[in-house]
Amino acid sequence: MLSLVTFLPLVGALVIAIGVHRNPDRARYAALMVSLVTFVLSLLLLHGFDSDSHAFQFLEERPWLPAFGLHYRMGVDGISLPFVLLTTFLTPICILSSWESVQKHVKEYMIAFLALETFVVGVFCALDFIVFYILWEAMLIPMFLIIGVWGGPNRIYAAMKFFLYTLAGSVLMLIAVLALGIEGGTFSIPKLMEHPFSLSFQMWVFLGFFVSFSVKVPMWPVHTWLPDAHVEAPTAGSVILAGILLKMGAYGFLRFSIPMLPDASREFVPLIFGLSLMAIVYTALVALMQKDLKKLIAYSSVSHMGFVTMGLFTFNQQGVEGGILQMINHGIVAGALFLLVGVVYDRLHTREIVKFGGLVQRMPIYAFIFMVFTMASVGLPGTNGFVGEFLILLGAFLASKAVAVVAASGVVLGAAYMLWMYKRVVFGEIRNPEVSVLADVNRRELVAFAPLIALVLWIGFYPKPFLDIFHTSVQHLLEQAKVVKVGALALK
Amino acid sequence: MSVEMQDIHLVYMMPEILVAVMAMALLLLSAWTHKGGAGVVHWLTVLTIVGVILVIHVGEGTGTTFGGQFVTDAMSRYMKVLMCLGMIIPVIMSRDYIRAHAMDGGEYHVVSMFAMLGGMILASSGGFVILYLGLELMSLSFYVLAAWRRDDVRSGEAGLKYFVLGSMASGLLLYGISMIYGATGGATGFKEVAALLATPGIHDNQLLVLGMVMVLAGMGFKVAAAPFHMWAPDVYQGAPTPVTAFMAVMPKVAAFAALFRLVADVFAPAHGQWVGVLQLFAILSMATGAFAGLVQTDLKRLLAYSSIGHVGYILIGLVSNSAAGMQGVMVYLTIYLFMTVGVFAIIISFDRQGLGENIRDYQGLAHKQPLVAFVLAMFMFSMAGIPPLAGFIGKLNIFMAAVKAGLVPLAVLGVLFSAVSAFYYLRVVKVMYFDPADRESRVTFSGGGFLVVTMSMVLILMWGILPGDLLTWTASSVQTWH
Repeated sequence: MLSLVTFLPLVGALVIAIGVHRNPDRARYAALMVSLVTFVLSLLLLHGFDSDSHAFQFLEERPWLPAFGLHYRMGVDGISLPFVLLTTFLTPICILSSWESVQKHVKEYMIAFLALETFVVGVFCALDFIVFYILWEAMLIPMFLIIGVWGGPNRIYAAMKFFLYTLAGSVLMLIAVLALGIEGGTFSIPKLMEHPFSLSFQMWVFLGFFVSFSVKVPMWPVHTWLPDAHVEAPTAGSVILAGILLKMGAYGFLRFSIPMLPDASREFVPLIFGLSLMAIVYTALVALMQKDLKKLIAYSSVSHMGFVTMGLFTFNQQGVEGGILQMINHGIVAGALFLLVGVVYDRLHTREIVKFGGLVQRMPIYAFIFMVFTMASVGLPGTNGFVGEFLILLGAFLASKAVAVVAASGVVLGAAYMLWMYKRVVFGEIRNPEVSVLADVNRRELVAFAPLIALVLWIGFYPKPFLDIFHTSVQHLLEQAKVVKVGALALK
Repeated sequence: MSVEMQDIHLVYMMPEILVAVMAMALLLLSAWTHKGGAGVVHWLTVLTIVGVILVIHVGEGTGTTFGGQFVTDAMSRYMKVLMCLGMIIPVIMSRDYIRAHAMDGGEYHVVSMFAMLGGMILASSGGFVILYLGLELMSLSFYVLAAWRRDDVRSGEAGLKYFVLGSMASGLLLYGISMIYGATGGATGFKEVAALLATPGIHDNQLLVLGMVMVLAGMGFKVAAAPFHMWAPDVYQGAPTPVTAFMAVMPKVAAFAALFRLVADVFAPAHGQWVGVLQLFAILSMATGAFAGLVQTDLKRLLAYSSIGHVGYILIGLVSNSAAGMQGVMVYLTIYLFMTVGVFAIIISFDRQGLGENIRDYQGLAHKQPLVAFVLAMFMFSMAGIPPLAGFIGKLNIFMAAVKAGLVPLAVLGVLFSAVSAFYYLRVVKVMYFDPADRESRVTFSGGGFLVVTMSMVLILMWGILPGDLLTWTASSVQTWH
């Protein structure tokens, strides 16, 4: 079942590659169908998922390279399932949103996107470290091509920077993975979670992981690839980048660093908190000064991901759950904001804030949708952003009051840059004559936004069903993190 | 050391005998038939090599002959199959090239076969004399091959450069052998040297250590490991492309087979004395491959630096000094073979229009011929070691062996350099995918070229996901070693 969800998009990509000739519409419909079927299948996963258990479910295991003790292992628990769903949910929306904006090489674009979906879902499902690493790296190839082929004017620089930054981070993770696997005697992720490692070993491995995950999140100061990649990527590329790829880094911390290296994780809390606060405050200030809409949202992503990493390393239920929820929120909200930018970019071919103004007069529905997501990003009560940020700050407050106070200032700054941006783009006089002839969002765009708005409000008013998915797993995670594994080793 | 008659078992060297006889027969045939027999010589060469592979496959497994001077074992047999492939694939894919550039006198195939014969002897050598013999036969043939296009100045330059520097390396090797000979009191057989090295106290003998290091340096030259890599870029660029494809793989496999024996067997007792040198070679090779490749505009030159980098990774496997490391070497060499011939097959196909050597010739290829561009891009990603392609499996094996052996710093350097070198592989992809096409010409493939590209691509994709068979074959080939 998991393999089906994972590899169906890739199969779809192959079918499109072989079966569809030169008819862009057929490629579009085929890709949409495949991604929708995948989404429905992943909903069936959710239906069959037992959220009262912290164990990995839908397990699959087949020998792959028995000589190395490598198996093809798949499974999801409450922590990974939400990300699988987020991926399968955002992919059809991405495909829908590139319906008209992508006009050249449509077939190849759809193939790249579906391949990307397979790799990302696979990353969240993999329970063997080498399988995980392969999928984690493989994802670079389609994303590199998506930015480089279908991106903006400076796309080559951005694509190269994206690839090399993430690759340089990932290769050190490979060494960390090998060290863990050889020391622990297995590459099975669930088994490694039980294995005790000495503190100094944990520290080194943690650093190896840290380099990789922090580039992916991205944490300050290795976030500089993100604004470039976002600005140059096509709209759907930005959505996937913000919505899912950034979550892979945080997921890595959650899945590997904390349960496998709990002692080192605790040792490094000051570092993580420091960098997170830097991200929250500094990049929020940077976002305040941006002239380009996409860049502004890109910096706000870094800032929001700072909240996430902080939440994960509070080591308490509120903080960790808030972190996970905030990742989902950010996936929805940042994704939607990029889509919104894409809507006006398709019409005006500019993203400069000063070129807009007065959009509300021509595009009232658009202005409304934009407002919903701006408020969600700011964290207005009643939207999903509030729940996530509140939980994280609560967790941070329990961990360290000073940290919570500084982080809270980030919320204020976030409100400042988002609202100011909204005011400049949507309200005011129409300065640009092209704005005065704009058409409002069409039905296809509305279809893409509707589910996102529904989720924003649903999580905002009643987050319990979402929290329930990962509640038990987080409890288990914290238990794992509490066990001093070094002590266990000393007793032996 | 005396060789008794009953100690000669020709059955162990059937493949070599077959190659030698056929090479000489083909030489005579091509002398008689002149140009008209070029096609016959071509197909007979292909047939011969296929026959040799079969003979290796069904032949006698393990044994020594000529008083231990000639060794056949699972490792050397595996390496010989690789050498056969490394020789015959360039021949198959470059029939047109050879014809178009008037290289088809028949002697080309014969000299290639002699080069391979030298490599096979090198891989089976059981003593320093035979090692040198094999190495020289291989090297001399390659000097000639590199200069084969007499009308081309660069080809002549390549041959001469290769010859001068190669002779120096041979001198170095010979000097090292003579030192070992002196220090051990007259031993040239590997068994005797290994036995003497196992005696306690002998490691302090400076002459012996110097001799071992010089032998390793001489071999390092043959595999183009930094700091003995200077010849590689010029020779790769100047030599006719089929020769470059041949030279990029076959001699490396042969030299690594010999290094294998030296490192894991002969010099093993004195491991601590020379292992630092090999580590240094590995680090320098990876660094040279990564950084010098960044500024290249010629694809063949780029591949030269890339091969220097690959040699660095393979040396890590050798340094790990374990069954896993040795297996890693073989896996890497196998995958490297198919990546390399695949890329060269595409370069040779471009040569039909006089293009293919400059990276800019590939500009916008993805817009004109998406399939060709996709295949070349996959080869590039594979060389960069990006999963899910076979190149990653090669690196995974090597790094796993290194971490297991406690060589974490070496592995960390290795992955960092691989990230640097990714840049220039990506540049090729960038040129094909992101730049606009500037000319209308389309590349067409000869039958052989198409076959080679397709086969390599299938293997690179398949081994990236299901390398099980490859691991089984190589595992059984290193079993006898540790």
